[in-house]
Amino acid sequence: MVYILRRLIQSALILLGVSFITFVLLYVLPADPVRQIAGRAATAETVENIRQQLGLDQPLFVQYGRYLAALAQGDLGRSYLQKTEVAELILSRLPATLQLMAAGIFAELVLGLSMGIAAALMRGRIGDQLLMMTSFVTVSAPQFVVSLLLLYVFAVKLGWFPIGGYGTLAHLVLPAITLGILGSGWYSRMMRSSMIEVLRADYIRTARAKGLGRARVVFRHALPNAILPVIAMIGIDIGIFMGGIVVVESVFGWPGIGQLAWQAIQRVDIPIIMGVTLVSAFAIVLGNLLADLVAPLIDPRIRLR
Amino acid sequence: MMPAEQTLSGATTAPDTSPVLSVEGLTVSVRTEFGLRPLVEDLSFTLNRGETLAIAGESGSGKSITSLAIMGLLPPPAVRVTAGSIRLGQTNLTTASEAQMRRIRGDRIAMIFQEPMTSLNPVLTIGTQLAEAMRAHEPISRQEARSRALAALTAVRLSQPERRLNQYPHELSGGMRQRVMIAMALALRPEVLIADEPTTALDVTVQREVLDLLRDLQRDLGTAIILITHDMGVVAEMADRVIVMKSGRMVEQAPVTTLFQAPAQPYTRDLLAAVPRMGGRTDTPAAISADAVASLSDVVVRFPIKGGLLGRTTLNVHAVEHVSFDIRRGETFALVGESGCGKSTIAKAMVGLVPHQGQITVGGHVLSPRGLDAPRSLRRRVQMVFQDPMAALDPRMRVGDLIAEPLLIHDIGTAADRRARAADLIRRVGLSPDQIDRYPHEFSGGQRQRICIARALALKPDLIIADESVSALDVSVQARVLALLQELQKEMGVAFLFISHDMAVVDSISDRVGVMYLGQIVEMGTRAQVFGDPRHPYTQRLIEAVPVPDPAHQREKTIRLAGDVPSPVHPVGSGPERLILRDVGGGHLVAM
Repeated sequence: MVYILRRLIQSALILLGVSFITFVLLYVLPADPVRQIAGRAATAETVENIRQQLGLDQPLFVQYGRYLAALAQGDLGRSYLQKTEVAELILSRLPATLQLMAAGIFAELVLGLSMGIAAALMRGRIGDQLLMMTSFVTVSAPQFVVSLLLLYVFAVKLGWFPIGGYGTLAHLVLPAITLGILGSGWYSRMMRSSMIEVLRADYIRTARAKGLGRARVVFRHALPNAILPVIAMIGIDIGIFMGGIVVVESVFGWPGIGQLAWQAIQRVDIPIIMGVTLVSAFAIVLGNLLADLVAPLIDPRIRLR
Repeated sequence: MMPAEQTLSGATTAPDTSPVLSVEGLTVSVRTEFGLRPLVEDLSFTLNRGETLAIAGESGSGKSITSLAIMGLLPPPAVRVTAGSIRLGQTNLTTASEAQMRRIRGDRIAMIFQEPMTSLNPVLTIGTQLAEAMRAHEPISRQEARSRALAALTAVRLSQPERRLNQYPHELSGGMRQRVMIAMALALRPEVLIADEPTTALDVTVQREVLDLLRDLQRDLGTAIILITHDMGVVAEMADRVIVMKSGRMVEQAPVTTLFQAPAQPYTRDLLAAVPRMGGRTDTPAAISADAVASLSDVVVRFPIKGGLLGRTTLNVHAVEHVSFDIRRGETFALVGESGCGKSTIAKAMVGLVPHQGQITVGGHVLSPRGLDAPRSLRRRVQMVFQDPMAALDPRMRVGDLIAEPLLIHDIGTAADRRARAADLIRRVGLSPDQIDRYPHEFSGGQRQRICIARALALKPDLIIADESVSALDVSVQARVLALLQELQKEMGVAFLFISHDMAVVDSISDRVGVMYLGQIVEMGTRAQVFGDPRHPYTQRLIEAVPVPDPAHQREKTIRLAGDVPSPVHPVGSGPERLILRDVGGGHLVAM
């Protein structure tokens, strides 16, 4: 418990740092949010008025201080363009993103881990080489290319799944698989090397010397040991994963916070960008904490303090 | 006397003459880019019921490969049996299918390995690992397997067997883990047990207990044992018959008494001559100057364990407690003790690698208690030689550069001077100066340790700390390195702090000895005092436990349960009781 409490305090500090860096970056950005709001035709006077209204004429630290003060009360501010509370916007879109995240992580683990285990067991043979070539392709393929390719083949040509949108399980399949394919490359490579190392371990030799069958040696003795570094990876990976979600949500028209962020960035809607950044950062921190909490369940040697 | 001995051992070992296992013309080869290279060649032997056959040899002799070949666990696909047969009863193991081998492994042939620390799966409980071994071969329920696992743990004399079932391997000490391995191996009463260096990684007192246990279990169960070892002391104590191997071939095969008393082959004679023996030295120590090159006074090293919300220190590991000793110019002072006793921590404190309390003086300078900031001039005076010569040399540097590097760091001489000095040092440690531009991987283990010694000598230090420096070496190599150290000491007047767990090695090289237990020195004196007249019970136990390379040696047996070792971890503010050393005469200090 003490451990979780300490980790949560650390997380709050990390979020504070993230908010500050994002705030400064948005401040020094050459794009002017007021211009976006006022429109091209607005007079210099209107622009100044809006600027004053939003408090954007104040020095950086005053602005940041105000933001923090509001944040402390759970207020993420109002969107410049949509005229709604940012918290509301994010909350309404969070379920969709969480759904996609869960499905995406599930897909990338199933794909990545099974590819990695299979490659390790076939080490050095043709199957191993094929799998590792595949993983290389998926690691280097751009997100939008994979998205569009799957969309074209399975939605447009074959018509198995809807082209875009949200609601049913069928809608979820293509975006989740896209995310899964994109992430599986890393996981399969990690799982392969981890598994190869574990299969060389003395205790695997002991297990074989006991006369255990191959399946039991691989799944009961090798897998739990090999999966440990991969679990730590999942926590770190959520950050990269969020980047992927922005693209995938846009391509598939998935109404999640990735899409929201994408639109907000184009219109320099600072409160939304800040809000989405903080929520993502929170997800990453939480993911890492969860990964650290799961590890001792698998490996009794890990003790948290 | 001698013939009587032989008939005695023959009578006890061969009640049943039919062999359990017979190996004929066994050749195991590895596939390399130059074709097949044999690792074991044309090996033939038989193993009788209830017999212990020792396969002895130095590293690379093929003894472990032989055991893996019998188990059918050779690393595929590069290494395989290329000729010969291994018969277990009527079954030829070399042609058996994997499914057949699986039924045999663990049931009819079982194996225990060298490293108890890594041979058990860290994520499964002891109970699970024991039970699955039984359930793999017999259709029994979980409950039944568990109760038999409990019986097996009781049979290997593990304390609190019930509790051990639910513990994980990391909660047990090395000796306890090796007992679990033995329990696992013998649970199904196999006909053959292969023990591959079963006690090599264990402390000497634990080794004694495990060897006694193996012998008792063998007597009760009638298991035939193949004992693979490099330790001639263990061979003398355990074996009925011995096979000596060298470079994949059998050199000699003989009953144990014959082998030790009348070895037929020159290689066997050399091997036996190289074995360090306790009490083998009769020379009187040369007069040693009273001038100390290093002195420790009331040195304490503790490592904090932090916890709680604010990360405050809650516990301390008491690694070294109130240790005081001097090392005099030109002498060899040995620290001996079992793993975790703090002997290596003292070495680290002396070169400023860990912070300490108390006072450490090296060459007249007092070391800063914070560690890590020992001035360079001080570092010149103390050099270290470590245990693993493979890991202590940068594989990407040429040996000449490795030896000259300390000179470079301390900015001594020109490049040509340094190279000349490196060449000179290479010659001094018995290598050829034309090897100066080679890389470490081109040398053998013993040669690499010589390079490490040359590097330590480069700065002409007053003191060389040798931390288990010969432990990883084969006995014949070890003997030569020890001789080299003594020779260099005579020539250059350098003092050694010799840290070792090996009592026989310490007895053969040291002038004075300190025996450590749980961070404290329990006995200290000259070699003759400590080895000739050990007063502290722990010293006595250590000396008593060392296997004697003489089959005729008799010892008293004491059966001890393996339980938890006392922990050096204490809450802040408390600690172990401080031992007071008393002089029992002639500077022989013993803890009371």
